[in-house]
Amino acid sequence: MNQTITQNAVTVTALTMKFDAKTVFHDLNFELKQGSMTALLGPNGTGKTTLISILMGMLPATAGSYTFAPGIKLGYVPQFRNLDAEYPLSIRSFMELNGPLFKSAEFKAEVNHELIETHLDSIQHIRMGEASGGQKQRAYLAQALLDKPNMIILDEATASLDPAAKEELMGLIKHLNEKHQMTVLFVTHDVPLAKKYMKEYLYLNRGQLTQGKMATFTEVYE
Amino acid sequence: MFQFEFMRYAFLASTFIAVTCGIVGVYVVARSFSFLAHTLSEIGFAGAAFAVFIGISPLWGMLLFTLLGSISVGELSLHTDQKESSISAISALFIGMGVLFLAISGSNSRYATNILFGSIVGVDQQDVIQLITLSLVVLLMLLAVARPLNFDSFDHIGAVATGLKTGFVGIVFLVALAMSVSIGSQIVGSLLVFILLTLPASTARYIGRSICAMACWSVLFALIGVWAGLYLGFITNWPVTFFIAVIEVAIYLVAYLIHAIRK
Repeated sequence: MNQTITQNAVTVTALTMKFDAKTVFHDLNFELKQGSMTALLGPNGTGKTTLISILMGMLPATAGSYTFAPGIKLGYVPQFRNLDAEYPLSIRSFMELNGPLFKSAEFKAEVNHELIETHLDSIQHIRMGEASGGQKQRAYLAQALLDKPNMIILDEATASLDPAAKEELMGLIKHLNEKHQMTVLFVTHDVPLAKKYMKEYLYLNRGQLTQGKMATFTEVYE
Repeated sequence: MFQFEFMRYAFLASTFIAVTCGIVGVYVVARSFSFLAHTLSEIGFAGAAFAVFIGISPLWGMLLFTLLGSISVGELSLHTDQKESSISAISALFIGMGVLFLAISGSNSRYATNILFGSIVGVDQQDVIQLITLSLVVLLMLLAVARPLNFDSFDHIGAVATGLKTGFVGIVFLVALAMSVSIGSQIVGSLLVFILLTLPASTARYIGRSICAMACWSVLFALIGVWAGLYLGFITNWPVTFFIAVIEVAIYLVAYLIHAIRK
């Protein structure tokens, strides 16, 4: 087990992204260890979401490469969802969208397990439209967890949450990391929150990247 | 009333159409395609008028036009921010063409009325077989893509995040929608087919909390509308479409009011 923890989950080499003439970032090099908890920090518009989209394979990079270790299964919780207050599906039905049409007993048990793990089992039948911001975020995470990823990327998951909901979500992410050795890449603006829960950081600004231990993070946002 | 052959055909055809439109409607509402469904009705009218002009069955003209229309509107609205404007423009063009085809084909106003407002009691055995076959084709198409269609319709961003290829599903759905408009028009008419494609499903959204539950409620409300509409049309001799419209609106308003009071 110790051996796998020290292996890289992903290795990024000389990654460059340009939109037309504008360079978003240039020659990024970093690696994330398996089982690590990393905050991806940086001011708005520095290309954090662009970097994530490239790692997710949804956007081709201009140059450079990235390699996931064999056996890495990536989960992704995107930044925005367009569910309005009238959105009809229950939390459970919403999760089950990421599942087979005809649900086996095994799949149902898996859904039950994730509902409990994300503290949603007692409210699984309320509509997503009526759920609070924190409950929605946990449901998005639970839906992604049905794919049984061993690495998860969360994009600004705490951005619109109140302090209590933030703590609950972060506690959950910490639990996933400690109990299931899940590799976490957490995109955020919230430096105090990242200092409390994340161990490493990647700081992206003006097209450059720095990496280090979260406890020593001293960069200032301008 | 079932001693009359035309009523038996009417009930049989309407039942299949209600089931199909009820299920397709769930996705129409989830994908916010109500306005597109409305536009396709008008495109269907132009198609029927074109069919009359060249002398083929109105159903085939409708299928041809709604298929072309839904794909082009779907593509257009994907690539523009002015979705509503592009749909309006296409809608205007097709209604204009419908009026032209009717005028130059020299058919009487009675025929135009049938296309616009429906003539379910006019269906014969061959029509019934066609409508049932097309209904089954639509349902099978939806079943074939049900998993990605559910995910994409109810959580597009999540579907993309899990790497689902949503483009193909979108096209399959547009084809299914076009076919539903064409067959639904045979009972309620092209002007009012959007009733069956939007109202039962909108009502079902207030009640169901899973896609399956919503589909069941939507089909039930569509069936109540067409069955009661046919029955009331039969005993009063008033238009069936009128009753279907009134019944669906009434069910929707009741569900809406209960929902509003509970909130």
